[in-house]
Amino acid sequence: MSDQGSFYQRDRSWHPAAFTPQYKTSVLRSPQYPLLSLENTISEMTGPRFGHNKIGPLDNDLIRNYAKTGDPIGQRIIVYGRVLDENARPVPGALLEFWQANAGGRYRHKKETYLAALDPNFGGCGRTITDEEGRYWFRTIKPGAYPWPNGVNDWRPAHIHFSIFGHAFAQRLITQMYFEGDPMIWQCPIVSTIPDKAGIEMLIASLDRNATLPMDSLAYKFDIVLRGRRSTMFENRMEGN
Amino acid sequence: MFQRLKTLKESPSQTAGPYVHIGATPNWVEITGVWEEDLGLVLIGPDTRGERIIIKGRVFDGSGTPLKDALIEIWQADADGLYNSPEERRGKADPNFVGWGRQPTDGVTGEYRFETIKPGRVPYKDGRLMAPHITFWIVARGINIGLHTRLYFGDEEAANAECPVLARIEHKHRVQTLIAARSEEKGLPTYTFDIHLQGEKETVFFDI
Ligand SMILES: [Fe+3]
Repeated sequence: MSDQGSFYQRDRSWHPAAFTPQYKTSVLRSPQYPLLSLENTISEMTGPRFGHNKIGPLDNDLIRNYAKTGDPIGQRIIVYGRVLDENARPVPGALLEFWQANAGGRYRHKKETYLAALDPNFGGCGRTITDEEGRYWFRTIKPGAYPWPNGVNDWRPAHIHFSIFGHAFAQRLITQMYFEGDPMIWQCPIVSTIPDKAGIEMLIASLDRNATLPMDSLAYKFDIVLRGRRSTMFENRMEGN
Repeated sequence: MFQRLKTLKESPSQTAGPYVHIGATPNWVEITGVWEEDLGLVLIGPDTRGERIIIKGRVFDGSGTPLKDALIEIWQADADGLYNSPEERRGKADPNFVGWGRQPTDGVTGEYRFETIKPGRVPYKDGRLMAPHITFWIVARGINIGLHTRLYFGDEEAANAECPVLARIEHKHRVQTLIAARSEEKGLPTYTFDIHLQGEKETVFFDI
Protein backbone atom coordinates (compact mmCIF):
# COMPACT_ATOMS: atom_id res chain seq x y z
CA MET A 1 0.00 0.00 0.00
CA SER A 2 1.45 3.34 -0.98
CA ASP A 3 1.90 6.30 1.32
CA GLN A 4 -0.86 8.78 1.78
CA GLY A 5 1.29 11.82 0.89
CA SER A 6 0.44 14.24 -1.87
CA PHE A 7 2.00 13.90 -5.30
CA TYR A 8 5.06 15.76 -6.46
CA GLN A 9 3.99 18.70 -8.50
CA ARG A 10 3.83 17.89 -12.18
CA ASP A 11 6.82 19.36 -14.05
CA ARG A 12 4.87 21.21 -16.71
CA SER A 13 8.06 22.24 -18.52
CA TRP A 14 8.81 18.56 -19.13
CA HIS A 15 5.42 17.83 -20.67
CA PRO A 16 4.19 19.36 -23.94
CA ALA A 17 2.72 22.84 -23.61
CA ALA A 18 -0.98 23.14 -24.43
CA PHE A 19 -0.34 25.55 -27.30
CA THR A 20 2.00 24.04 -29.89
CA PRO A 21 1.33 25.68 -33.28
CA GLN A 22 3.32 23.10 -35.26
CA TYR A 23 0.54 20.70 -34.22
CA LYS A 24 -2.29 22.75 -35.67
CA THR A 25 -5.23 21.19 -33.84
CA SER A 26 -3.76 22.37 -30.54
CA VAL A 27 -4.19 26.02 -31.53
CA LEU A 28 -7.95 26.17 -30.85
CA ARG A 29 -7.94 23.47 -28.16
CA SER A 30 -5.36 24.92 -25.76
CA PRO A 31 -6.45 26.80 -22.64
CA GLN A 32 -4.96 30.28 -22.53
CA TYR A 33 -5.37 31.12 -18.86
CA PRO A 34 -2.76 29.68 -16.53
CA LEU A 35 -3.84 26.47 -14.81
CA LEU A 36 -4.99 26.97 -11.22
CA SER A 37 -2.45 25.24 -9.00
CA LEU A 38 -4.19 23.17 -6.37
CA GLU A 39 -2.64 21.19 -3.57
CA ASN A 40 -3.89 17.63 -3.89
CA THR A 41 -7.13 16.94 -2.06
CA ILE A 42 -8.64 13.53 -1.39
CA SER A 43 -10.46 13.93 -4.71
CA GLU A 44 -7.20 13.65 -6.64
CA MET A 45 -5.28 11.36 -4.28
CA THR A 46 -7.83 8.59 -4.76
CA GLY A 47 -8.66 6.82 -8.00
CA PRO A 48 -10.53 3.86 -9.44
CA ARG A 49 -8.89 0.44 -9.25
CA PHE A 50 -9.59 -2.23 -11.82
CA GLY A 51 -9.63 -5.89 -10.88
CA HIS A 52 -7.98 -8.63 -12.92
CA ASN A 53 -11.45 -10.16 -13.21
CA LYS A 54 -12.36 -7.42 -15.71
CA ILE A 55 -9.65 -8.59 -18.07
CA GLY A 56 -10.21 -11.43 -20.53
CA PRO A 57 -7.50 -13.92 -21.50
CA LEU A 58 -7.04 -12.44 -25.00
CA ASP A 59 -7.20 -8.80 -23.99
CA ASN A 60 -3.39 -8.51 -24.15
CA ASP A 61 -3.12 -10.45 -27.41
CA LEU A 62 -3.81 -8.16 -30.35
CA ILE A 63 -2.80 -10.93 -32.74
CA ARG A 64 -5.73 -13.08 -31.62
CA ASN A 65 -8.32 -10.85 -29.95
CA TYR A 66 -10.03 -9.72 -33.17
CA ALA A 67 -8.83 -12.35 -35.65
CA LYS A 68 -11.59 -13.78 -37.85
CA THR A 69 -9.93 -15.92 -40.51
CA GLY A 70 -6.27 -16.07 -39.48
CA ASP A 71 -3.46 -14.00 -38.05
CA PRO A 72 -3.13 -10.31 -38.92
CA ILE A 73 -0.50 -9.26 -41.46
CA GLY A 74 2.66 -7.77 -40.02
CA GLN A 75 5.71 -8.24 -37.90
CA ARG A 76 4.91 -10.07 -34.69
CA ILE A 77 6.19 -8.25 -31.61
CA ILE A 78 6.00 -8.41 -27.84
CA VAL A 79 5.87 -5.15 -25.90
CA TYR A 80 6.76 -5.41 -22.23
CA GLY A 81 8.05 -3.31 -19.38
CA ARG A 82 7.21 -1.91 -15.98
CA VAL A 83 5.08 0.88 -14.62
CA LEU A 84 7.04 2.78 -11.98
CA ASP A 85 6.52 6.00 -10.07
CA GLU A 86 8.94 8.90 -9.79
CA ASN A 87 10.43 7.29 -6.68
CA ALA A 88 11.34 4.31 -8.92
CA ARG A 89 8.87 2.10 -7.08
CA PRO A 90 6.70 -0.32 -9.06
CA VAL A 91 3.01 0.49 -9.52
CA PRO A 92 1.09 -2.79 -9.18
CA GLY A 93 -2.52 -3.10 -10.33
CA ALA A 94 -2.24 -0.33 -12.94
CA LEU A 95 -4.65 -0.63 -15.86
CA LEU A 96 -2.98 -0.12 -19.24
CA GLU A 97 -5.02 0.27 -22.40
CA PHE A 98 -3.37 0.48 -25.81
CA TRP A 99 -4.48 1.12 -29.37
CA GLN A 100 -2.71 1.29 -32.68
CA ALA A 101 -2.89 1.22 -36.48
CA ASN A 102 -2.38 -2.02 -38.40
CA ALA A 103 0.82 -2.97 -40.22
CA GLY A 104 -0.12 -0.70 -43.13
CA GLY A 105 -0.74 2.31 -40.90
CA ARG A 106 -4.55 2.14 -41.01
CA TYR A 107 -6.82 2.42 -37.98
CA ARG A 108 -10.08 0.53 -37.68
CA HIS A 109 -12.25 3.64 -37.28
CA LYS A 110 -15.12 5.02 -39.36
CA LYS A 111 -13.54 8.48 -39.52
CA GLU A 112 -10.23 7.09 -40.80
CA THR A 113 -9.71 7.87 -44.50
CA TYR A 114 -6.16 6.70 -45.20
CA LEU A 115 -6.10 4.53 -48.32
CA ALA A 116 -4.02 1.72 -46.77
CA ALA A 117 -6.04 -1.49 -46.48
CA LEU A 118 -7.92 -2.58 -43.40
CA ASP A 119 -6.78 -5.93 -42.02
CA PRO A 120 -9.83 -8.14 -41.41
CA ASN A 121 -7.95 -9.86 -38.59
CA PHE A 122 -6.77 -6.83 -36.69
CA GLY A 123 -8.85 -4.69 -34.33
CA GLY A 124 -6.04 -2.67 -32.80
CA CYS A 125 -7.00 -2.48 -29.13
CA GLY A 126 -5.85 -4.27 -26.01
CA ARG A 127 -5.47 -3.90 -22.26
CA THR A 128 -3.77 -5.45 -19.28
CA ILE A 129 -3.08 -4.88 -15.57
CA THR A 130 0.40 -4.72 -14.02
CA ASP A 131 1.46 -7.48 -11.63
CA GLU A 132 2.88 -7.08 -8.10
CA GLU A 133 6.21 -5.84 -9.50
CA GLY A 134 4.52 -3.38 -11.85
CA ARG A 135 5.25 -5.56 -14.90
CA TYR A 136 3.08 -5.86 -17.99
CA TRP A 137 3.34 -7.37 -21.44
CA PHE A 138 1.25 -7.80 -24.55
CA ARG A 139 1.56 -9.26 -28.02
CA THR A 140 0.74 -7.43 -31.23
CA ILE A 141 2.01 -6.62 -34.71
CA LYS A 142 4.24 -3.64 -35.39
CA PRO A 143 2.09 -0.71 -36.54
CA GLY A 144 2.90 1.12 -39.77
CA ALA A 145 3.64 4.81 -40.16
CA TYR A 146 0.78 6.90 -41.57
CA PRO A 147 0.20 10.33 -43.12
CA TRP A 148 -2.09 12.82 -41.42
CA PRO A 149 -3.54 16.20 -42.33
CA ASN A 150 -1.44 18.82 -40.58
CA GLY A 151 1.19 20.00 -43.02
CA VAL A 152 0.68 18.71 -46.56
CA ASN A 153 3.20 15.91 -46.04
CA ASP A 154 3.30 15.07 -42.33
CA TRP A 155 3.66 11.46 -41.25
CA ARG A 156 3.41 9.88 -37.84
CA PRO A 157 6.23 7.52 -36.94
CA ALA A 158 5.11 4.01 -36.01
CA HIS A 159 3.60 4.26 -32.54
CA ILE A 160 1.30 2.64 -30.00
CA HIS A 161 -1.02 4.81 -27.87
CA PHE A 162 -1.09 4.06 -24.14
CA SER A 163 -3.58 5.07 -21.45
CA ILE A 164 -2.49 4.40 -17.85
CA PHE A 165 -4.42 4.38 -14.57
CA GLY A 166 -2.18 4.35 -11.50
CA HIS A 167 -3.53 4.51 -7.96
CA ALA A 168 -4.79 8.08 -7.98
CA PHE A 169 -6.64 10.27 -10.42
CA ALA A 170 -3.72 12.74 -10.16
CA GLN A 171 -1.57 10.13 -11.94
CA ARG A 172 -3.86 9.76 -14.94
CA LEU A 173 -1.80 9.75 -18.13
CA ILE A 174 -2.13 9.15 -21.86
CA THR A 175 0.99 8.93 -23.99
CA GLN A 176 2.52 7.17 -27.01
CA MET A 177 5.29 4.64 -27.49
CA TYR A 178 7.75 4.86 -30.39
CA PHE A 179 10.23 2.32 -31.77
CA GLU A 180 14.01 2.45 -31.41
CA GLY A 181 15.86 3.42 -34.55
CA ASP A 182 12.94 5.04 -36.38
CA PRO A 183 14.21 8.23 -38.10
CA MET A 184 10.65 9.54 -38.44
CA ILE A 185 10.41 10.13 -34.69
CA TRP A 186 12.55 13.23 -35.17
CA GLN A 187 10.37 14.63 -37.96
CA CYS A 188 7.00 14.43 -36.23
CA PRO A 189 5.12 17.60 -35.16
CA ILE A 190 3.38 15.69 -32.34
CA VAL A 191 6.59 14.16 -30.96
CA SER A 192 8.20 17.60 -31.09
CA THR A 193 5.57 19.04 -28.75
CA ILE A 194 7.77 17.44 -26.04
CA PRO A 195 10.33 20.14 -25.25
CA ASP A 196 13.24 17.99 -24.05
CA LYS A 197 15.07 15.37 -26.12
CA ALA A 198 15.48 13.28 -22.96
CA GLY A 199 11.69 13.36 -22.57
CA ILE A 200 11.21 12.07 -26.10
CA GLU A 201 13.71 9.32 -25.47
CA MET A 202 11.63 8.12 -22.52
CA LEU A 203 8.91 7.26 -25.03
CA ILE A 204 11.16 5.21 -27.34
CA ALA A 205 10.98 1.47 -26.67
CA SER A 206 14.25 -0.47 -26.98
CA LEU A 207 14.59 -3.50 -29.17
CA ASP A 208 15.44 -6.26 -26.69
CA ARG A 209 17.08 -9.22 -28.38
CA ASN A 210 17.19 -11.14 -25.10
CA ALA A 211 13.42 -11.09 -24.80
CA THR A 212 12.59 -12.14 -28.37
CA LEU A 213 10.79 -15.38 -28.97
CA PRO A 214 13.16 -17.11 -31.41
CA MET A 215 11.53 -17.87 -34.78
CA ASP A 216 8.37 -16.05 -33.57
CA SER A 217 8.40 -12.45 -32.25
CA LEU A 218 10.72 -9.52 -31.71
CA ALA A 219 10.50 -7.81 -28.32
CA TYR A 220 10.42 -4.14 -27.35
CA LYS A 221 10.90 -2.92 -23.79
CA PHE A 222 8.92 0.12 -22.68
CA ASP A 223 8.89 1.38 -19.09
CA ILE A 224 6.34 4.00 -18.04
CA VAL A 225 6.78 6.43 -15.15
CA LEU A 226 3.80 7.90 -13.29
CA ARG A 227 3.86 10.68 -10.72
CA GLY A 228 5.29 9.77 -7.31
CA ARG A 229 4.08 10.83 -3.88
CA ARG A 230 5.75 12.30 -0.85
CA SER A 231 6.31 10.19 2.18
CA THR A 232 3.99 11.24 4.97
CA MET A 233 6.48 11.71 7.78
CA PHE A 234 6.35 15.49 7.95
CA GLU A 235 2.90 15.97 6.57
CA ASN A 236 -0.12 16.88 8.61
CA ARG A 237 -2.60 14.09 8.84
CA MET A 238 -5.84 14.77 7.13
CA GLU A 239 -8.88 15.21 9.31
CA GLY A 240 -10.51 11.90 10.08
CA ASN A 241 -7.32 9.87 9.68
CA MET B 1 30.31 11.21 -0.89
CA PHE B 2 26.73 12.28 -1.18
CA GLN B 3 23.75 10.00 -1.57
CA ARG B 4 22.28 10.29 -5.00
CA LEU B 5 18.48 10.42 -4.95
CA LYS B 6 16.83 7.71 -6.95
CA THR B 7 14.18 9.64 -8.79
CA LEU B 8 12.74 9.34 -12.26
CA LYS B 9 10.99 11.84 -14.49
CA GLU B 10 7.33 11.24 -15.31
CA SER B 11 6.71 9.88 -18.81
CA PRO B 12 5.79 12.88 -20.95
CA SER B 13 2.17 13.10 -22.09
CA GLN B 14 1.18 12.84 -25.73
CA THR B 15 -2.18 13.66 -27.26
CA ALA B 16 -4.83 10.94 -27.13
CA GLY B 17 -5.33 11.58 -30.86
CA PRO B 18 -8.49 11.23 -32.94
CA TYR B 19 -8.85 7.49 -32.34
CA VAL B 20 -8.70 7.33 -28.54
CA HIS B 21 -12.03 5.48 -28.67
CA ILE B 22 -10.42 2.44 -30.26
CA GLY B 23 -8.60 1.83 -27.01
CA ALA B 24 -11.03 3.32 -24.50
CA THR B 25 -14.46 2.48 -25.89
CA PRO B 26 -13.93 0.03 -28.77
CA ASN B 27 -17.53 -1.18 -28.83
CA TRP B 28 -18.66 2.41 -29.30
CA VAL B 29 -16.61 2.57 -32.53
CA GLU B 30 -17.92 -0.80 -33.69
CA ILE B 31 -14.87 -2.86 -32.76
CA THR B 32 -16.94 -5.62 -31.23
CA GLY B 33 -16.07 -9.03 -29.91
CA VAL B 34 -12.78 -8.03 -28.30
CA TRP B 35 -14.37 -7.39 -24.92
CA GLU B 36 -17.99 -7.40 -23.86
CA GLU B 37 -18.47 -3.95 -22.47
CA ASP B 38 -16.55 -0.71 -22.56
CA LEU B 39 -15.35 0.35 -19.10
CA GLY B 40 -16.99 3.27 -17.36
CA LEU B 41 -20.27 3.49 -19.25
CA VAL B 42 -22.46 2.54 -16.29
CA LEU B 43 -21.94 4.12 -12.88
CA ILE B 44 -25.04 3.13 -10.96
CA GLY B 45 -27.07 0.02 -10.28
CA PRO B 46 -30.29 -0.66 -8.40
CA ASP B 47 -28.44 -0.90 -5.08
CA THR B 48 -26.38 2.26 -5.39
CA ARG B 49 -27.20 4.71 -2.59
CA GLY B 50 -27.93 8.34 -3.33
CA GLU B 51 -29.93 10.75 -5.42
CA ARG B 52 -30.04 9.87 -9.13
CA ILE B 53 -28.89 12.68 -11.40
CA ILE B 54 -27.90 13.27 -15.01
CA ILE B 55 -24.92 15.35 -15.97
CA LYS B 56 -24.38 16.40 -19.54
CA GLY B 57 -22.74 19.02 -21.67
CA ARG B 58 -20.39 19.73 -24.52
CA VAL B 59 -16.75 20.70 -24.93
CA PHE B 60 -16.13 23.79 -27.08
CA ASP B 61 -12.94 24.85 -28.84
CA GLY B 62 -11.78 28.44 -29.25
CA SER B 63 -14.04 28.98 -32.27
CA GLY B 64 -17.14 27.88 -30.34
CA THR B 65 -17.35 24.54 -32.15
CA PRO B 66 -18.18 21.48 -30.03
CA LEU B 67 -15.58 18.69 -30.01
CA LYS B 68 -16.96 15.49 -31.52
CA ASP B 69 -13.88 13.39 -30.81
CA ALA B 70 -13.25 14.03 -27.12
CA LEU B 71 -13.27 11.54 -24.27
CA ILE B 72 -14.48 12.58 -20.83
CA GLU B 73 -13.70 10.78 -17.59
CA ILE B 74 -15.30 11.60 -14.26
CA TRP B 75 -14.30 10.63 -10.72
CA GLN B 76 -16.52 11.32 -7.73
CA ALA B 77 -17.32 10.41 -4.15
CA ASP B 78 -20.35 8.36 -3.14
CA ALA B 79 -23.46 9.82 -1.51
CA ASP B 80 -21.65 10.00 1.85
CA GLY B 81 -18.57 11.72 0.46
CA LEU B 82 -16.35 8.61 0.40
CA TYR B 83 -14.27 7.47 -2.56
CA ASN B 84 -14.33 3.86 -3.70
CA SER B 85 -10.53 3.56 -3.74
CA PRO B 86 -7.92 1.67 -1.69
CA GLU B 87 -6.41 5.13 -1.09
CA GLU B 88 -9.54 6.19 0.79
CA ARG B 89 -8.65 5.94 4.52
CA ARG B 90 -11.69 7.61 6.07
CA GLY B 91 -14.13 4.73 5.76
CA LYS B 92 -15.66 2.26 3.35
CA ALA B 93 -17.44 3.68 0.32
CA ASP B 94 -20.68 2.30 -1.12
CA PRO B 95 -19.65 -1.06 -2.65
CA ASN B 96 -22.33 -0.56 -5.32
CA PHE B 97 -20.79 2.62 -6.64
CA VAL B 98 -17.44 2.72 -8.42
CA GLY B 99 -17.48 6.49 -8.82
CA TRP B 100 -15.59 6.48 -12.11
CA GLY B 101 -17.17 6.98 -15.51
CA ARG B 102 -16.07 7.43 -19.08
CA GLN B 103 -18.03 8.69 -22.07
CA PRO B 104 -17.17 9.93 -25.54
CA THR B 105 -18.69 13.16 -26.77
CA ASP B 106 -21.30 12.30 -29.41
CA GLY B 107 -19.94 12.12 -32.96
CA VAL B 108 -22.79 14.28 -34.31
CA THR B 109 -23.92 16.60 -31.51
CA GLY B 110 -20.78 16.67 -29.39
CA GLU B 111 -22.81 15.97 -26.24
CA TYR B 112 -21.61 13.77 -23.40
CA ARG B 113 -23.92 12.37 -20.73
CA PHE B 114 -23.56 10.44 -17.46
CA GLU B 115 -26.22 8.97 -15.24
CA THR B 116 -24.85 8.98 -11.72
CA ILE B 117 -25.63 10.06 -8.15
CA LYS B 118 -25.02 13.31 -6.42
CA PRO B 119 -21.78 13.06 -4.43
CA GLY B 120 -21.51 13.91 -0.74
CA ARG B 121 -19.07 16.47 0.59
CA VAL B 122 -15.38 15.71 0.99
CA PRO B 123 -12.98 17.54 3.33
CA TYR B 124 -10.20 19.79 2.09
CA LYS B 125 -6.71 19.28 3.48
CA ASP B 126 -7.42 21.45 6.53
CA GLY B 127 -10.67 19.66 7.35
CA ARG B 128 -13.09 22.27 5.99
CA LEU B 129 -15.68 20.71 3.71
CA MET B 130 -15.46 21.27 -0.02
CA ALA B 131 -18.74 21.72 -1.86
CA PRO B 132 -20.04 18.59 -3.64
CA HIS B 133 -18.13 18.23 -6.89
CA ILE B 134 -17.20 15.81 -9.64
CA THR B 135 -13.65 15.70 -11.03
CA PHE B 136 -13.44 15.82 -14.84
CA TRP B 137 -10.56 14.78 -17.08
CA ILE B 138 -10.75 15.69 -20.76
CA VAL B 139 -8.60 14.29 -23.55
CA ALA B 140 -8.87 14.64 -27.33
CA ARG B 141 -6.94 15.23 -30.50
CA GLY B 142 -5.18 18.58 -30.12
CA ILE B 143 -5.05 18.35 -26.31
CA ASN B 144 -1.41 17.59 -25.50
CA ILE B 145 -1.97 16.76 -21.85
CA GLY B 146 -5.26 15.77 -20.21
CA LEU B 147 -7.18 18.67 -18.65
CA HIS B 148 -8.43 18.44 -15.05
CA THR B 149 -11.43 20.44 -13.92
CA ARG B 150 -14.40 20.11 -11.55
CA LEU B 151 -18.15 20.26 -11.89
CA TYR B 152 -19.93 22.04 -9.03
CA PHE B 153 -23.70 22.03 -8.61
CA GLY B 154 -25.81 25.11 -9.33
CA ASP B 155 -28.27 24.29 -6.53
CA GLU B 156 -25.56 24.15 -3.84
CA GLU B 157 -25.11 27.88 -3.44
CA ALA B 158 -24.32 27.83 0.29
CA ALA B 159 -21.77 25.01 -0.02
CA ASN B 160 -20.21 26.59 -3.11
CA ALA B 161 -19.85 29.89 -1.29
CA GLU B 162 -17.73 28.27 1.43
CA CYS B 163 -15.76 25.82 -0.74
CA PRO B 164 -12.03 26.34 -0.10
CA VAL B 165 -11.16 25.30 -3.66
CA LEU B 166 -13.60 27.71 -5.33
CA ALA B 167 -12.25 30.39 -2.97
CA ARG B 168 -8.83 29.93 -4.57
CA ILE B 169 -10.11 31.34 -7.86
CA GLU B 170 -8.86 34.90 -7.95
CA HIS B 171 -11.04 36.18 -10.80
CA LYS B 172 -14.47 35.67 -9.26
CA HIS B 173 -16.39 35.76 -12.53
CA ARG B 174 -14.50 32.60 -13.54
CA VAL B 175 -16.05 30.60 -10.67
CA GLN B 176 -19.19 30.44 -12.80
CA THR B 177 -17.35 28.34 -15.40
CA LEU B 178 -17.35 25.44 -12.91
CA ILE B 179 -20.99 25.61 -11.88
CA ALA B 180 -23.51 23.40 -13.68
CA ALA B 181 -27.01 24.78 -13.97
CA ARG B 182 -29.83 22.52 -12.81
CA SER B 183 -32.82 21.58 -14.94
CA GLU B 184 -34.99 18.48 -15.15
CA GLU B 185 -35.05 15.61 -17.63
CA LYS B 186 -36.95 12.30 -17.40
CA GLY B 187 -37.99 13.50 -13.94
CA LEU B 188 -34.35 13.55 -12.83
CA PRO B 189 -32.29 16.54 -11.73
CA THR B 190 -30.07 17.31 -14.70
CA TYR B 191 -26.95 19.43 -14.54
CA THR B 192 -25.49 20.95 -17.68
CA PHE B 193 -21.74 21.43 -17.59
CA ASP B 194 -20.29 22.91 -20.77
CA ILE B 195 -16.52 23.07 -20.96
CA HIS B 196 -14.82 25.88 -22.89
CA LEU B 197 -11.23 25.18 -23.82
CA GLN B 198 -10.59 28.80 -24.80
CA GLY B 199 -12.13 32.21 -25.13
CA GLU B 200 -14.09 34.52 -22.86
CA LYS B 201 -15.83 31.64 -21.10
CA GLU B 202 -12.69 29.51 -20.73
CA THR B 203 -13.24 26.91 -18.01
CA VAL B 204 -10.94 26.96 -14.98
CA PHE B 205 -8.54 24.04 -15.35
CA PHE B 206 -6.46 22.79 -12.45
CA ASP B 207 -2.82 21.83 -12.03
CA ILE B 208 -3.31 19.24 -9.33
FE1 LIG C 1 -1.98 7.32 -33.75
